Amino acid sequence: MKPAPFDYVIPGTLDEAVGYLADEDVESHVLAGGQSLVAAMNMRMARPELLVDLGKLDELDFIREEIHDEGGSLHIGAMTTKRTVEFSPVVENVQPLMHAATLMIAHPQIRNRGTVGGSVAHADPAAEYPAVALLLDAEITAVGSAGKRTIAASDFFITYFTTALEEGEILTELRIPAMAPNTGWSFKEFARRHGDFAMAGVGVTLNLDAGGHCENTKVVGFALGATPIRAKAVEDAINGETPSPGLFAAACKMMVDGVEDPTSDVHASVEYRRDLATTLAERAFAEAVKRAGAEG
Amino acid sequence: MSNDITTKPIRVTVNGEVHEMNVEPRMLLTDFLRHELNFGGVHVGCEHGVCGVCTVLMDGKAVRSCLTLAVQTDGHEIVTIEGISEDSELHPIQQAFIEEYGLQCGFCTPGFVMAIYELLRDNPKPSEEQIMDVIGGELCRCTGYEGIRRAVTSAIKKLQAGKSASASA
Repeated sequence: MKPAPFDYVIPGTLDEAVGYLADEDVESHVLAGGQSLVAAMNMRMARPELLVDLGKLDELDFIREEIHDEGGSLHIGAMTTKRTVEFSPVVENVQPLMHAATLMIAHPQIRNRGTVGGSVAHADPAAEYPAVALLLDAEITAVGSAGKRTIAASDFFITYFTTALEEGEILTELRIPAMAPNTGWSFKEFARRHGDFAMAGVGVTLNLDAGGHCENTKVVGFALGATPIRAKAVEDAINGETPSPGLFAAACKMMVDGVEDPTSDVHASVEYRRDLATTLAERAFAEAVKRAGAEG
Repeated sequence: MSNDITTKPIRVTVNGEVHEMNVEPRMLLTDFLRHELNFGGVHVGCEHGVCGVCTVLMDGKAVRSCLTLAVQTDGHEIVTIEGISEDSELHPIQQAFIEEYGLQCGFCTPGFVMAIYELLRDNPKPSEEQIMDVIGGELCRCTGYEGIRRAVTSAIKKLQAGKSASASA
């Protein structure tokens, strides 16, 4: 339960950090908040030769709202802690779903150090932020020796703990469109004990048109398979329809239809996760419709 | 390359005292505090962030010292349970744990006290949810949490009374 030996650097600039990671002869790993990586190293599931600590890169610790023609967006630096997100009035105003999801992540003692970038780059299939990024169409910025690029969240999560980040790339920023006016939303998860990783989770956003029909419906499930997934079949069944408990009950049965190789482990079987995802999605839709109606 | 790894110099303030030492990068903050600096109140539990027994304050924030490397504390400030009260006085939170049966074996207690210390410092009147969020992040297998829950309520009153006493003094 102690990490294997490794070397450690704490660069003062992003360029310097990229330089350390570019050395192909050394198996290096980025250290952000360490709330997953150090645990994995303690159990020797991760054995990097070099840790590149981003802890001094204050330039990656920010939250700001940008306003542009198509609306606003929320820009969050990779080294921003979850605790900072939790207490940010900007996040709560611009993207209330992200605020709500943040409160479900572990406990304050973990959120004090865990970072936004670390959580997204680590890509634990049961973690909240990858699901939030996918649901809200986040853009993920990465910097490597080849320069800077932007990756859509829908292209980012490949499989368990695996993302579109190339070797040596550092995730630097998350950009999330502001919640559009009159959008109904909900984010729900279930764990045996509060703060544990979810056994299933669901996020929903939707609008109601002038006739009261659902439109722009998006639903993401997580902790169900290798990555968070958009449940397109559920969205299609709900778009254009008048919201009702019957509609949601029927549609949400398809929550896990798109999941390849669904998760089944000591915490919950495939069947249990499917039932959980269905029930959570029904509740999430009911809440989202209420919020859409209340604001509309 | 493991043979080439040298220790790194760090300068860290622990309970108000500055320590300058060389540490191996792989040394966890838990082991540094307990075994190098002899702060026995820092307990070593699960070592993967789950149990919370190793909780200390880093720059005022409650963190898992088992998920923090000693080398990361260079230039930072750490407070352990030994640092929250002066001389042999108990902190009001510690006193509340004794009075309300917030502990039996005592192994988890330092983690609870440090986490609650941060909570009540920033938020003297936390909601029930906020209290549960914090104490749910620490594992106790003796008390069933009821005594701890009562200890928090009692500590809130003690701290409040202490504040008004010092205000009127």
